[in-house]
Amino acid sequence: MSTATAAADVVAYTLRLGDDALVLSQRLGEWIAAAPQLEEDVAIGNIALDLLGQARALLTYAGNLEGQGRDEDDLAYFRDERDFTNVQLVELPNGDFAVTMARLLLFSTYQHELYRRLAGSADETLAAIAAKAVKEVAYHRDHATQWVLRLGDGTEESHGRMQAGLDSTWPYLPELFERDELVARLRGVAVDPAELVEPVTQQLHEVVERATLRVPDLRPAVTGGRRGIHTEVMGYLLAEMQHLARSHPGATW
Amino acid sequence: MSENRRDWPLWEVFVRARRGLSHGHVGSLHAPDAEMALRNARDLYTRRQEGVSIWVVPAAQITASSPDEKDAFFDPAADKIYRHPTFYDVPEGVEHL
Repeated sequence: MSTATAAADVVAYTLRLGDDALVLSQRLGEWIAAAPQLEEDVAIGNIALDLLGQARALLTYAGNLEGQGRDEDDLAYFRDERDFTNVQLVELPNGDFAVTMARLLLFSTYQHELYRRLAGSADETLAAIAAKAVKEVAYHRDHATQWVLRLGDGTEESHGRMQAGLDSTWPYLPELFERDELVARLRGVAVDPAELVEPVTQQLHEVVERATLRVPDLRPAVTGGRRGIHTEVMGYLLAEMQHLARSHPGATW
Repeated sequence: MSENRRDWPLWEVFVRARRGLSHGHVGSLHAPDAEMALRNARDLYTRRQEGVSIWVVPAAQITASSPDEKDAFFDPAADKIYRHPTFYDVPEGVEHL
């Protein structure tokens, strides 16, 4: 493999990680001033900002490595839908609070296992970003866990909504573990998603059972996020996220 | 303010800035239970590395002195200057006090 191909692969892989963090950050940001409690507003805001920080580091690194002069803003605001390679789970609409917490539980459990391993990557920059982020994500996972336990093992209403939240997000879980050519070529640099299936599934089952909920037995959703194929809502998400930067290129405040 | 909001008890938050110092009161928050109160406190009061340890206490569990009793509680201490170390002269020749 030539050095140029190897670098292009790392760029593509880094963009996947960055896009996951960026898109979920954007979604969580929608809760600001709309969360059930002021305290939860701050908690979700903190989590969104952690993810945004990860996205900035990852997109900046991808841009540098690519060597075409694209910075974090160019990559976040001036790519189109097909160029985003985030998993579909992170772009799903927030739904109610239970859906948001179900999604956060699924994603942060996955991301925590991912970053723990990525901290040992042969790529020093990715390793450093992951080592810093893994503590943040441990907190995200804890926050989601606390809420899933309380809502699941709460009232009849909260139990039903929490189960519905799991049911609507669970079909998007298998996409997180998809292994493709890119990941296979990046042995030692990338984390093999197949390795994550067992620990992530085990942790999720444990939380779901403690919350007196049922592990959904549902057919996986049709995927394609890693190839730039997204659900219907992605266009609207990007329109909102990118509109200001595109209307006023280079604007600062 | 929603109905639910009123159901959530109030918690007082104490943060210790660093080892060796004592916990100081920093504010209050609403949370459904102690575990969530601790987490909310982390988000609200230690965002800028203000602390290394947090206590949360149900506000209802705190017994406070009444403003009506302020005079009886605190005024008698006002003229007891001998309670301050500065009232006493250090005898000559004392090296370690």
